[in-house]
Amino acid sequence: MSVSTAVKKSGPEAGATGKQPRKPRRAGWWLPYALLAPAVIFELVIHVIPMVTGIWMSFLKLTKMFIANWGNAPFVGLKNYEVALDFNSAVGLGLLKSFGITAAFTILVVGISWGLGMAAAVALQKTFRGRAIFRTLFLIPYALPMYAGVIAWKFMLQKDSGALNHLLFDNLGLPGDKPFWLIGDNAFIAVVLVAIWRLWPFAFLMLMAGLQSVPTDVYEASAVDGAKPMRQWWSITLPLLRPVNMVLVLVMFLWTFNDFNTPFVLFGGSQPPAGDLISFHIYNASFLTWNFGSGAAMSVLLLLFLLVVSGIYLLFMNRRKDRA
Amino acid sequence: MKIRTFAAAAAIAALAITATGCSGGANSGSNDSSGKTLTYWASNQGTSLDNDKEVLTPQLKKFEDQTGIKVNLEVIGWNDLQTRIQTAVTSGQAPDVLNIGNTWAASLQSTGAFMPFDAAAFDAIGGKDKFVKTAMDTGGVAGEDPTSVPLYGLAYGLYYNKAMFKDAGLTPPTTWEEMVADAKKLTTGGKHGFSLAAGSYTENSHFAFINAAQNGAEFFDASGKPTFTSDGVVDGIARYLDLMQTDKVVDPGNAQYDNATKAINDFATGKVGMVLSQSNANSSIASQGMKDDAFGVVAFPAPAGGKDVATMVAGINMSIFKNTKNKDAALQFVKFMTSEATQGELDKPFAALPVLAGVTPSFTDNAELAKTFSDIYANKSKPLPLVAAEDQFESTVGKAMNQMFATVASGGTVSKADIKAALTTAQQAVEAAG
Repeated sequence: MSVSTAVKKSGPEAGATGKQPRKPRRAGWWLPYALLAPAVIFELVIHVIPMVTGIWMSFLKLTKMFIANWGNAPFVGLKNYEVALDFNSAVGLGLLKSFGITAAFTILVVGISWGLGMAAAVALQKTFRGRAIFRTLFLIPYALPMYAGVIAWKFMLQKDSGALNHLLFDNLGLPGDKPFWLIGDNAFIAVVLVAIWRLWPFAFLMLMAGLQSVPTDVYEASAVDGAKPMRQWWSITLPLLRPVNMVLVLVMFLWTFNDFNTPFVLFGGSQPPAGDLISFHIYNASFLTWNFGSGAAMSVLLLLFLLVVSGIYLLFMNRRKDRA
Repeated sequence: MKIRTFAAAAAIAALAITATGCSGGANSGSNDSSGKTLTYWASNQGTSLDNDKEVLTPQLKKFEDQTGIKVNLEVIGWNDLQTRIQTAVTSGQAPDVLNIGNTWAASLQSTGAFMPFDAAAFDAIGGKDKFVKTAMDTGGVAGEDPTSVPLYGLAYGLYYNKAMFKDAGLTPPTTWEEMVADAKKLTTGGKHGFSLAAGSYTENSHFAFINAAQNGAEFFDASGKPTFTSDGVVDGIARYLDLMQTDKVVDPGNAQYDNATKAINDFATGKVGMVLSQSNANSSIASQGMKDDAFGVVAFPAPAGGKDVATMVAGINMSIFKNTKNKDAALQFVKFMTSEATQGELDKPFAALPVLAGVTPSFTDNAELAKTFSDIYANKSKPLPLVAAEDQFESTVGKAMNQMFATVASGGTVSKADIKAALTTAQQAVEAAG
């Protein structure tokens, strides 16, 4: 309220002196700013300030000797980055391996989730009895609280008491010993499986929404011309879903590459090397060794990588769109 | 327009109230300027967090009656405690008094966030000499004023199932070789000689330390530099790993046991004949229905000719945050908690060994058990390295061992060269952080 009073005072004064020939502001001009202010403040507090702090931390030797008093942490320039990128050292090599695993994880999870989501969305495009039931069913993993869903998987993937081994070996009678899923090399399969289970309903939901905007008469016209369903999907569905796909794939890529919760809940404190996803790796690098400067440097590297990939992706997609 | 303006003003006001409300809440707990309220973070010593609360609340009430100082208690599980302490150190939003795992003492001391117990502080809590020396030695880096004092003492022991030993015609082992031979005899008909928390990095790091100590090897040299790759360390870890790998007396499924309770449950339910556990296992064993007289405990045996180290000096210490505004009250509280009367009340429910000199163990009614553990704690124990990087030793070496057990469990082999390579990586990680 005080703001508007101030404006009322300054308005006539400004006009009287003639130095500021601006139009007097309309009453309530400040309202849009006031309404935007909370969002801007929260954006600053929740995103921008921590990010800038993180970047600043990455130039400090912020080990446990200094966390009680950050101001005393010595400035080490790019040292933390050098350590993280020195692939001959244990730290750098660990980060590189984790990056490779995360890249493979992301390609598999995003690719398969998108495929499943697309298949389900197309299958449920036409109306039929029970469609709503399937739609609801497919969305359940997305609606479940993440922790509950992943912890259920953790139980199912236990070696001796888990439902998966019980199904495969006791019910279906697969030969051989029951394998471990959460330790050793199989951990990769486990984390990919759980991540797909969590992610694909989102792809399904977005593609289903996108398909609503594709006019049915295009399909009818193509059918008259003799197009089979596969051809229709390739030549009509896919091009018309382009704007949806462009955003969907990018968002899924970013979420999956950054996925912390799935490995954290699935593996708990002892993360197997095969499931060493990069967010969790950075968390361990920071919290297990109390080396927050090094962890911050790794985070900044991850941020840069994701920015570059997203930038190239958008540039590439927009060019193609312009050409098309 | 008026309505819109009013609505906007109301929204902003609401936001402001929420924001200030938040900050008020965050400040209120720890630093009450009246000096009459302390915040205390207790570690989980009982069968559950609630159980801890039940045990501690009457004592805190007694303290309040005696001194007029109120104590706000929060019991924190072991999975969260270290992260909570890290956050508290970083933000300064800390409790006045807290429990720490005594193996963290030197690491936490190096943060500079904890109050050193100088001569005056020791006088205020009843003197340094009231504590058992073994326990007091874990208070912090040698030669400096410690930043923690002992609260509960714990030690590892080898628990064995009396009936299973009798049926197999065995006597409790006194050497590592006997222990393995016994375990092999007990590994039959779906049962195993041993259970291990082979997926718990803290347990694994403890046994890396104890087995290496039996070989006379150290993880850190006198200057605090890591020496993870010496032959004694590699051999010690190999010996422990071989319980699963070559001796095959441990179920490979144990590689997924990420906390000690799972191994203890296998023991209590008769699936295995032996388990290595800290002295506070009794309540877990009892909760699975195993009677007190159905098991015995001996010292974890060293190999023939090895050093007689059966445990590290395990236990819980108490620290005061340096930035407390209630230093005197905090010292009074530490004095109260480490007094003979309070210790007498707490040792039994938390199955803790006495940390006060001249006090008889009261953690069990079983005199034989009390004697065994007292002997292990006083005569066969060695403190974990009292260096700033101790916590990094636990996490890097312990996690490397998790992976070794995982490899063995899924059918692979881990040679001494593999162990040495993994320890080299662990050592490099510790050096990089130093």
